[in-house]
Amino acid sequence: MPILDHLWIIPLLPLLGSAINGLLGGKWPHNIVNSVALGATGLSFACALEAVREFVSEPNHQALVHRHFFDWISAGTFTAGFDLQMDQLTVVMLLVVTGVGFLIHIYSTGYMAHEGGYYRFFSYLNLFMFFMLILVLAANYVLLFVGWEGVGLCSYLLIGFYFLKKSAADAGKKAFIVNRIGDFGFMLGMFLLFRAFGSLDFTTVFQKAADPSWAHEPWGQFGTMTVACLLLFMGATGKSAQLPLYVWLPDAMEGPTPVSALIHAATMVTAGVYVVARSHILFVHSETAMVVVAVVGCATAFFAATIGLVQTDIKKVLAYSTVSQLGYMFLACGVGVFSAGIFHLMTHAFFKALLFLAAGSVIHAMGGEQDMRHMGGLSKKIKYTYWTMLMATLAISGAPLFAGFFSKDQILLGAYTIEGGKPLYAIGLLTALLTAFYMFRLIFLTFHGQQRYDEHHVHVHESPRSMLGPLVILAVLSIFGGWLALPAFWGGPDYFANFLAPVFSGGEASAAAAASEAAAHSLELPLAGVAVFTALLGFAVAFWLYIRQPGKPEAIAKSVGGLYTTLLNKYYVDELYAAVIVKPLLWLSTEVLWKIVDVAGIDGTVNGIAHGTTSLGDTVRHTQSGNTRSYAVWVVIGALVILAVIFLWPYWSAARPVAGMVR
Amino acid sequence: MVPTNYYLILSAIIFGLGVVAFIFKRNVITIFMSIELMLNAVNLAFVAFSQAKHQSDGQVFVLFVIVVAAAEAAVGLGIIILMQRVRHSLNVERVDLLKL
Repeated sequence: MPILDHLWIIPLLPLLGSAINGLLGGKWPHNIVNSVALGATGLSFACALEAVREFVSEPNHQALVHRHFFDWISAGTFTAGFDLQMDQLTVVMLLVVTGVGFLIHIYSTGYMAHEGGYYRFFSYLNLFMFFMLILVLAANYVLLFVGWEGVGLCSYLLIGFYFLKKSAADAGKKAFIVNRIGDFGFMLGMFLLFRAFGSLDFTTVFQKAADPSWAHEPWGQFGTMTVACLLLFMGATGKSAQLPLYVWLPDAMEGPTPVSALIHAATMVTAGVYVVARSHILFVHSETAMVVVAVVGCATAFFAATIGLVQTDIKKVLAYSTVSQLGYMFLACGVGVFSAGIFHLMTHAFFKALLFLAAGSVIHAMGGEQDMRHMGGLSKKIKYTYWTMLMATLAISGAPLFAGFFSKDQILLGAYTIEGGKPLYAIGLLTALLTAFYMFRLIFLTFHGQQRYDEHHVHVHESPRSMLGPLVILAVLSIFGGWLALPAFWGGPDYFANFLAPVFSGGEASAAAAASEAAAHSLELPLAGVAVFTALLGFAVAFWLYIRQPGKPEAIAKSVGGLYTTLLNKYYVDELYAAVIVKPLLWLSTEVLWKIVDVAGIDGTVNGIAHGTTSLGDTVRHTQSGNTRSYAVWVVIGALVILAVIFLWPYWSAARPVAGMVR
Repeated sequence: MVPTNYYLILSAIIFGLGVVAFIFKRNVITIFMSIELMLNAVNLAFVAFSQAKHQSDGQVFVLFVIVVAAAEAAVGLGIIILMQRVRHSLNVERVDLLKL
């Protein structure tokens, strides 16, 4: 039974796991919950591997595998089936989601061991896997949207996992509401696509869009394609935490750390990038959309990196780093190197998941402490965590031969070679510098320098094996994950890009890209050199500031007071949103909608009807005197009235001819 | 032969007397009798029409009315006896428990 014909098994397994644990797991001991949750995701991972093997070994493996399972919605000309598909892009996403997801499940068994609601946690986590797999396997926008909303729901549930804590519950709501704004755009985009193409199936839409009759829309022209793409991108900015909808992701760190690693770093937040890459045929039709994607991505990358410079909460640094790296991915999509964006998505999933898990291990070791100012000198005490986290830091900073180096280089190269992309390249490079700085700042503050905690209160201990295993595997992936692109440096094939080529051939083989291919190769080494130098510079500054001159950062912070506090307060964006959007909305809700519309209008109408009925009854009840003779009079009067009507009606209708009565 | 109109006028007069007694009398038995009076006034009108039109429908109807009146008398007298037992009076003004 080839799995490829039964793709539904892959998402169904985690759903089963979620249902079993969620419905029955409440009274079970941890090890049974573990085996259900891990079994479901592990089997799902195995099935995914087998499906990928079958897909790759098919003789004609360029073709897209499309499976129709049942009709889901059919209304008029609109149909949406439960269709799953598999192509090269899906392969990458599928392996990242199931693989990293499985590792994080293993890690969670260690991390969550002493937490309440153990079965609930794994039930949500499995449910998340289900929706994420639906998202990446879906063969039409409608089914993709099901996964899209589902992962949002699981994100909400897991951010608010410690729901007794008000900040956690609020963060969950914030994530949900901000995402809803993006989803609004996404849905409008879908409607527009349906109107333009009469279908929401990927194959149909992309085939019709690739037709030459669809004109390329130059800069500044807002045709169907541009508007649809911008609306889809609006959804992507919500889900992938880009400007201006990124505000929920840093707050989402209220969730347990494995959740931050799985949902808010490795998988869910990359869904926006995936959608843009999946719809690349639409995006390349519109110059405006591409520029917007590139500029928003680039701006977010830089903006988030600057905030990350001064954060003191270890998870907050990583959160802003995630926002920044997602910006890189959008930059890649915007400049047309979609495979580089997906490549960065994959390597980022490895090293950012690792960073979060290692940070979780640090927090575990410190007994819940998250503030880096109260850490320091941990490298000797938690060696495994230190070394694995160092690998991830090297990878994200772009140290040569580590995973992030290749993917980030490809993105910067793409930005450099595109016409008018030099400013994007410059900002991207600057962001790389900032990235290296804040990541090494994190390493130095946490693991080096003086010990800044009270040893009597904090018993630093290495994490259990279930947590270290995933760390080591992810560290290996962070080191070698980028080597798929290694031969490109000496003119060899870029395995990753070649693998994805069938998917992106429509978008990337545009004339300009092909022409600059030769030039790009000669540029690749110098640009890589520049990038490495930048990363080194970032490292050096961090080293100088936090190891050599530990008092210096504070002095600098004081000397640029205003700038520092602005960064520390995240550019006051939350305050701005609160003042511009939340406050007026709250005012409108309480003063107008509640006090006027609801209380006066709706309640007033309902109560008014009730009062009216009562007073009418009060007036009329006096006719009920209880006196039999008065009833007799009423009967006689009634009879007389009926008689009068019968006898006099012909005269009345003759005297006043009414339209309806005249024959 | 007596013209039909005379019958009808007599019927109307009897009916009118029944209505007046129905409204103004206080004794429940008198009220009951006035109802019977109205029914019989109608019967008279039926019979008069039946004879004038040479059709038997009216006479059949009269038989129905007599049956209904008999049933009504059975129920009505039962109520009157009960009223006498409970209220010790036949005055309808004393029976006003239905007042709101």
